[in-house]
Amino acid sequence: MKPTDTADPRHYHRVVDCQWGCPAHTNVPEYIRLIANGHYTESYLLNRKSNVFPGILGRTCDRPCEPVCRRVRLDGEPVAICRLKRVAADLRDDITGHLPAIPQRKNGRRIACVGAGAASLTVANDLLPLGYEVTIFEKLARPGGLMWTNIPEFRLPARVLWEEIDQILDMGVDLRLNAPVDSLAALLEEDYDAVFIGSGAPKGKELKLPGRWDSEQVHIGIDWLESVRFGHVTECGERVLVIGVGNTAMDCCRTAQRLGAKKVRVMARKTKPYFKASPWELDDAIEEQVEILENHSPSRFIVEEGRLVAMEFDRVTWSPGDDGRLRATVHDTRVIECDEVILAIGQDTAFPWIERDIGIDFNRWEMPVVDKATFMTSRAGVFVGGDAAWGPENIIWAVEHGHQAAISIHAYCEDRPLTDRPPEGMNLVSQKMGLHEWSYSNDYDEAERVKMRHVDLQERFRRLDIEVEEGFDIEQTLTEVERCLNCDIQTHFEANLCIECDACIDICPLDCLTIARNGPEEDLTRRLTAPLLNYPEEPLFISEELPQTGRIMVKDEDLCVHCGLCAERCPTAAWDMRKSDLLVPYAGLGAGESHPTLLSLAMAGAAGEAAAASGAER
Amino acid sequence: MSHIRKPRVHHPGLARNRLGLTRRDYEGAMSTLCAGCGHDSITAAIIEAFWELEIAPHEVAKTSGIGCSGKTPTYFLKEAHGFNGVHGRMPSITTGAHAANRDLVCIGVSGDGDSLSIGMGQFAHVVRRNVDMLYIIENNGVYGLTKGQFSASADVGSKAKRGQVNREHPIDSVLLALNLGAGFVARSFSGDKEQLVPILKAGLRHRGFALIDVISPCVTFNDHHGSTKSYQYTRDHYNRLVYADFVPPAHEIAATYESGDARTVKLHDGSAITFRKVPGDYDPTDRDRVYGYIRERQRSGEVATGLLYVEPALEDGGNASDFHGIQGTVPEPLTECAFEDLCPGADALAKLQGRFR
Ligand SMILES: Cc1cc2nc3c(=O)[nH]c(=O)nc-3n(C[C@H](O)[C@H](O)[C@H](O)COP(=O)(O)OP(=O)(O)OC[C@H]3O[C@@H](n4cnc5c(N)ncnc54)[C@H](O)[C@@H]3O)c2cc1C
Ligand SMILES: Cc1ncc(C[n+]2csc(CCOP(=O)(O)OP(=O)(O)O)c2C)c(N)n1
Ligand code: SF4
Ligand code: SF4
Ligand code: SF4
Ligand SMILES: [Mg+2]
Repeated sequence: MKPTDTADPRHYHRVVDCQWGCPAHTNVPEYIRLIANGHYTESYLLNRKSNVFPGILGRTCDRPCEPVCRRVRLDGEPVAICRLKRVAADLRDDITGHLPAIPQRKNGRRIACVGAGAASLTVANDLLPLGYEVTIFEKLARPGGLMWTNIPEFRLPARVLWEEIDQILDMGVDLRLNAPVDSLAALLEEDYDAVFIGSGAPKGKELKLPGRWDSEQVHIGIDWLESVRFGHVTECGERVLVIGVGNTAMDCCRTAQRLGAKKVRVMARKTKPYFKASPWELDDAIEEQVEILENHSPSRFIVEEGRLVAMEFDRVTWSPGDDGRLRATVHDTRVIECDEVILAIGQDTAFPWIERDIGIDFNRWEMPVVDKATFMTSRAGVFVGGDAAWGPENIIWAVEHGHQAAISIHAYCEDRPLTDRPPEGMNLVSQKMGLHEWSYSNDYDEAERVKMRHVDLQERFRRLDIEVEEGFDIEQTLTEVERCLNCDIQTHFEANLCIECDACIDICPLDCLTIARNGPEEDLTRRLTAPLLNYPEEPLFISEELPQTGRIMVKDEDLCVHCGLCAERCPTAAWDMRKSDLLVPYAGLGAGESHPTLLSLAMAGAAGEAAAASGAER
Repeated sequence: MSHIRKPRVHHPGLARNRLGLTRRDYEGAMSTLCAGCGHDSITAAIIEAFWELEIAPHEVAKTSGIGCSGKTPTYFLKEAHGFNGVHGRMPSITTGAHAANRDLVCIGVSGDGDSLSIGMGQFAHVVRRNVDMLYIIENNGVYGLTKGQFSASADVGSKAKRGQVNREHPIDSVLLALNLGAGFVARSFSGDKEQLVPILKAGLRHRGFALIDVISPCVTFNDHHGSTKSYQYTRDHYNRLVYADFVPPAHEIAATYESGDARTVKLHDGSAITFRKVPGDYDPTDRDRVYGYIRERQRSGEVATGLLYVEPALEDGGNASDFHGIQGTVPEPLTECAFEDLCPGADALAKLQGRFR
């Protein structure tokens, strides 16, 4: 097999499973170490750089990082990456001085964004420091998109939401509220250099069954949550059925509990393995005594004299058909009495306000065709991101789309090709402090994942805005940070130094290492110290030939706990523990660069004055 | 010395032997030897061999003398019995332990200094007595623990770290053991577990005295250019003379080797050693020819390795010439004999003394 090129940032990036799994490449292990050392503000700022909304995401993120956390493969439970992010947000100091300074002199470019959700806000966050003027048109009376209208306050306190939205608005966004864009053609007529569409996926899916429109008691989930948010809905019936079992359904059923419902049932067509909701959201709903009924396929609404009284379901089981797809067998029907039904079976995008003859191609699902890398439509200068691009995702994806779209918009405005994406970089720095001393806590901690404490069941139902999760206290934080394996502290190998003493092979607790004769992939991968479990998703490191025997060092990156014992037991420092720092480019910022902040400008100003003063003396 | 212990977490696919133990269950404390010391690799090979042989750690007695090598029993089989004796005296301690409890699986770890300098006399006599033990010499050509003085196994012309050249003739433990009548004699290299592990297993199963001299580079004091016990030198002059596979009793001795190439030697417990790729005129059961062959390889500058000599078990499976056979002791361990049998009392003593009056 060919030697691994560790100079390519992708190899070590892949080893940091969480960062690789995070759409925005948040540097998780580094922010966790910062928390461990009590540097909450630095940790928050590091988060903010990539994911823009650490306080919001520390409570609500879909956490694609956690299922892929290496810890899952070792003891079954990921590090509580997301909730540690919240710790940084909760305990940080005021960060105003650390935010990018906004140039007084603008660059003369004007950008229009449609919708004030996470995607557009990220675009603004990235472009304002470069001197752009950014106008956001929002159809509702408040910005925030679904983060404001749909994520309930018992999960995301308003104060946290507004604080992080204001950080961006205060950079000088020209925000137009109650300003729906109803013609893109008209907007394009105005004097904007580029348009970003971040209008989300605002249309809840319908359930077109008999009786659907015969009463006032059937609601679309996302619209209903929005009505609750704006205070138009303040109570609900005693018996509520929520149709669908995704994350929206979980928010609907838990909201109903708080609006006075006595019996809330979530109706699922399939069984638990097929539920769309994240496991932790399911757990939280179940903790609140919501009942989830499996294998109930809705067939009609039963309405008597204009009042919904019940719903009828087919009771089904599922078996795979010839094509492997599951087919339902109906066994009987069941009528379940109810006072209200909430439909939470998905969302669609909707673009009635985009004319079809202005050079923007649409596909057969009536969605604009968007380039996966540049986020541009077929009309130059019109970009799409967030849920509007390819349908509903989540906040962290909307943020990453925003970053990428901002890079494209900047290149577009500067007349550079959009397909030349700025390259990532990587810093590698040895963490050796002494003979057996490393800059990080390398001892494997066997602690189990810390459990989040929740507000008492009775107490939390008193109001809609009581945050259920209490956050980690210091002790919980200190336990949880130690569970992180520091996967970014890489085992870095220099083949020419190795004397093939086997010390590293012998000490490695996870049997990651092998010295063997090279061979073709299917042969070499069968001759390793321990069997490969997750190859090729988890990569192998292949060294150059070793000087004494011409064999090679192979490392299976899969289960390495980054204990550093290989490096400690290596007599020649052929193994070293080096921190890999992935340098991610942003609009106007090459890999590893950052904007001047108010603080850094003030300090540079002071230094300049001091230099001028000392020059005068001479 | 590492400040953290080796974490207990292990690969989920780690195999268990019939006792339900993983290889990790055969480990000991964290090594305090220099990083890269050959002795640590031997420790890893010992762990592997015991695990593969499915020997319960509490049935093992591990003994040693003084030296870096003498420290190593701490690093394997933490649940075994152990005794770290004075310099060069490991043989008599092991002899005592085995005399008292012949069921113990005895493994003694020594160094070239421990065995061939201060402990030379003890070494010679434990071979003669044919104590049923595996005797490992971790051979690095120096006194590692006392900072690298030449030991009795240093070759003429070998250079010390500071440049002095050794002029005294070396003692070769393998030739010595052959001379003294050892029934199992091997040489291997800490950097070659593929060879070492099967030899360790065979040595543990051999009834009677088994010597394995393992070239085990001292990274700190004897791994430089000019040393004849460095990793580089050993690899450059290495000759895997014989390939020996250990075949446990229950297994068919598979004829996977091309006929004529392979040769099988049975051990007392029904297990066997299969030799393959042996040079045409080599007979691992012919003591004199083995001796000559090793000398010849040495003259041509090679380090001949492998299971070099083994005495086949007697047809009845016993070995009348091992320590207990020679002494005529009872078949059960003395530790399990009734106290009255071991100590017949004052009357019996008086009677005995009466015979000399
Ligand atoms: C109930 C629910 C709970 C969720 N919970 C989570 C969660 O816990 N974690 C998570 O990561 N994700 C969650 N999501 C998904 C997440 O909220 C979205 O993926 C994310 O907010 C998308 O951001 P966006 O900027 O693309 O669009 P949106 O947040 O949808 O913002 C779009 C904005 O555009 C405005 N707009 C639309 N059309 C126009 C127009 N023509 N003119 C002007 N303005 C317009 C809308 O009013 C809206 O403010 C949840 C979604 C729902 C429905
Ligand atoms: C009676 C006695 N004499 C001398 C010493 C000093 N001493 C300690 S270790 C050692 C030599 C060890 O050499 P070796 O057996 O080759 O072991 P290594 O350290 O090389 O593994 C000596 C001479 C001692 N401990 N006790
Ligand atoms: S850091 Fe080294 S010794 Fe530790 S698990 Fe990883 S490869 Fe093994
Ligand atoms: S410990 Fe170092 S010198 Fe020894 S085999 Fe491993 S990498 Fe090579
Ligand atoms: S001094 Fe030599 S023999 Fe002793 S531990 Fe260090 S390397 Fe091994
Ligand atoms: Mg020695």
